[in-house]
Amino acid sequence: MSNDSNNPSAAGDVSQPTFSRRILLWLAIAAGFLATLAVAIPFVGYLFGPVRRNRIRWVNLGPVSRFRLLLNQTRLETFDNPLGQSWDGVTAQNGVFVRYIGLDASNKDQFLIFAINCAHLGCPVTWFPQSGLFMCPCHGGVYYENGEHASGPPPRGLFHCVSRVKDGNLEIQAPHFPTLQNTLKDQG
Amino acid sequence: MKWLRALGNWLDARLKVRESIMPMMKHPIPRGAAGRMGWWYIFGSASLTLLIVQILTGIGLALVYVPAADNAYESLLALDYEIPLGWFLRALHYYAGSGMVVMVLLHMTQVFLFGAYKYPRELTWIVGVFLLLCTLGMFFSGQIMRWDPDAYWGLGVAAAMVGRVPVLGPSLVDLLLGGPIIGADALSRFFALHVFIIPALLLFLLAIHLWLVLKCGISAPPVAGQKVDPATYDAEYEKELKTGVPFLGEAAIKDALVSALAVIVVVVIAAVVGPKGPTDPPDPTLANVNPRPEWPFLWLFGLLSLSPAGAETFLMLAFPVLLIAALLLVPFIANRGERAPSRRPIAVLTVIVVVTLLGILTYQGATSPWSPRMQAWSGDPVPVRIVKKSTPMELQGALVFQFKSCRNCHALDGVGGKKGPDLTFVGTRLTRDQLIDQVSNGTPGGGDMPAYGKQISPAEMTVLAEFLTSLRPEGQPPARTAIAAPGKEQQK
Repeated sequence: MSNDSNNPSAAGDVSQPTFSRRILLWLAIAAGFLATLAVAIPFVGYLFGPVRRNRIRWVNLGPVSRFRLLLNQTRLETFDNPLGQSWDGVTAQNGVFVRYIGLDASNKDQFLIFAINCAHLGCPVTWFPQSGLFMCPCHGGVYYENGEHASGPPPRGLFHCVSRVKDGNLEIQAPHFPTLQNTLKDQG
Repeated sequence: MKWLRALGNWLDARLKVRESIMPMMKHPIPRGAAGRMGWWYIFGSASLTLLIVQILTGIGLALVYVPAADNAYESLLALDYEIPLGWFLRALHYYAGSGMVVMVLLHMTQVFLFGAYKYPRELTWIVGVFLLLCTLGMFFSGQIMRWDPDAYWGLGVAAAMVGRVPVLGPSLVDLLLGGPIIGADALSRFFALHVFIIPALLLFLLAIHLWLVLKCGISAPPVAGQKVDPATYDAEYEKELKTGVPFLGEAAIKDALVSALAVIVVVVIAAVVGPKGPTDPPDPTLANVNPRPEWPFLWLFGLLSLSPAGAETFLMLAFPVLLIAALLLVPFIANRGERAPSRRPIAVLTVIVVVTLLGILTYQGATSPWSPRMQAWSGDPVPVRIVKKSTPMELQGALVFQFKSCRNCHALDGVGGKKGPDLTFVGTRLTRDQLIDQVSNGTPGGGDMPAYGKQISPAEMTVLAEFLTSLRPEGQPPARTAIAAPGKEQQK
């Protein structure tokens, strides 16, 4: 259908690029480079979007008076984690272990609050009240009731949540998924 | 019939399929590869066939599956129980995927043993390694799609491992999960990986792989003494093809037959066994979950669990990279010389060692004796044989033994956790004092057993020691400490 004779202008010029042709080539390369960056930069930025820290949301775990009734008892408290999306469904339901340990010297309520995740590989630990131990089903990491490492592979104790008492309620900073280098330290 | 042929001719006059595809299908291959040795050459095409099944069933599942954290589980239940044959598609997708992993591994082993990765097929091998990684990536991301506790905690373990990367760890965790918690963002990311990113990469690499197969030709079955020399190989191969046969012939028939059999096998397994899961909803607060990786990763689970704590981070992060690097380096370590397995003892030994190791580690991963049995303390009764003649003290000790969750790690008569030693006859091995010491202090230095010193009252300890020393075969005396000199009793 088409052959080279239909395109006479291109035929002889290829080996000897003229000045304007060279400019055109460089222009095309520059424009292509720019276009690539224009797409790539926002795209990569979008991918790395979640790498933003310091989101603080406080979660109300209920009145302190309720925990006072449970002196030295460890209980799994569940709540909807506000750090996620509205379509998280059941995965938004997170849990922390709360233990009320009485008043300190200045009459302030003292709590131990641990993330459910084992410090080894993040599996969910279970509390055994009779033996006073947390135990992990994955590799058998064990922690004492104060969260300290008792035995097994975890390199540290359980992750502590940041908490406060506000208006008579126990509040915690909504926990992200804790890892060894990104614990639940105060995000503020 | 006539007009069908006419339509075909009309199309081919424009598409020119015949003149471009047929030479590929009829490209000559070494006579040996079509003969009886040709049966060794069928694993690649079987992998490809199962991949096609995966694409088909995958598209089918995508018609129903909802890749959103709040509805994914329900859509899986709908597939299993409501949508006609949804269960079958899910089952087939799982078992054809498993079959594909098996075939890819067999294909790789065969290529390795036949030295088929040597000159000029080094690049084919390298692309093949990346295809293996894509296949495993599909398996892992596919498990996440199942959105049950295994999926949820699988993501957790992956995030915890990635989180150990020096400096970059926390950022990589965010990148992996797409957000601060495991939930909607993580599922969406892994859905994109499972249906767009990895498949696109896989198909692209597959195109290169097949292109290389065509361009470099299929290797002839190895003959002992016939060495590969890059300087002369091309000419020798060309000579070999002079007596070659077209691929579209005996070789293609073998491929077709085995591929069909592979499909029939996975279809039968899928129909008989049914879909895998989902088990429970992915509720992070659900107690008594027992997260397990999928079978292609059980060996890694085993390796990590059995390694000393000091080597753990290295094994998690550096070992996989080194393993992949080793695979990629294979054709550069030996791209010439003998191809026949009979002349390559190290290659054969490597295969034997690797297969044995993978087998043992997979078995260990599947049985995972290092995992406590979380319900044993309340679920596994003390065997009646043991407590039949027990004193009241010993009976009380048996209760303490159960209540203090000792049973989660220690079996009696083989029932219970396997993390610690079976205590059925511990009374013959340890004295009362040694038992009390072991229970109070655990394994020194944070080993495998916690120190129960503060978790147990003196009264409980007394009855527990009573029970444990009573754990002996009938008629056997309790363990005693060795006596240093006659008449002089040694202190523990």
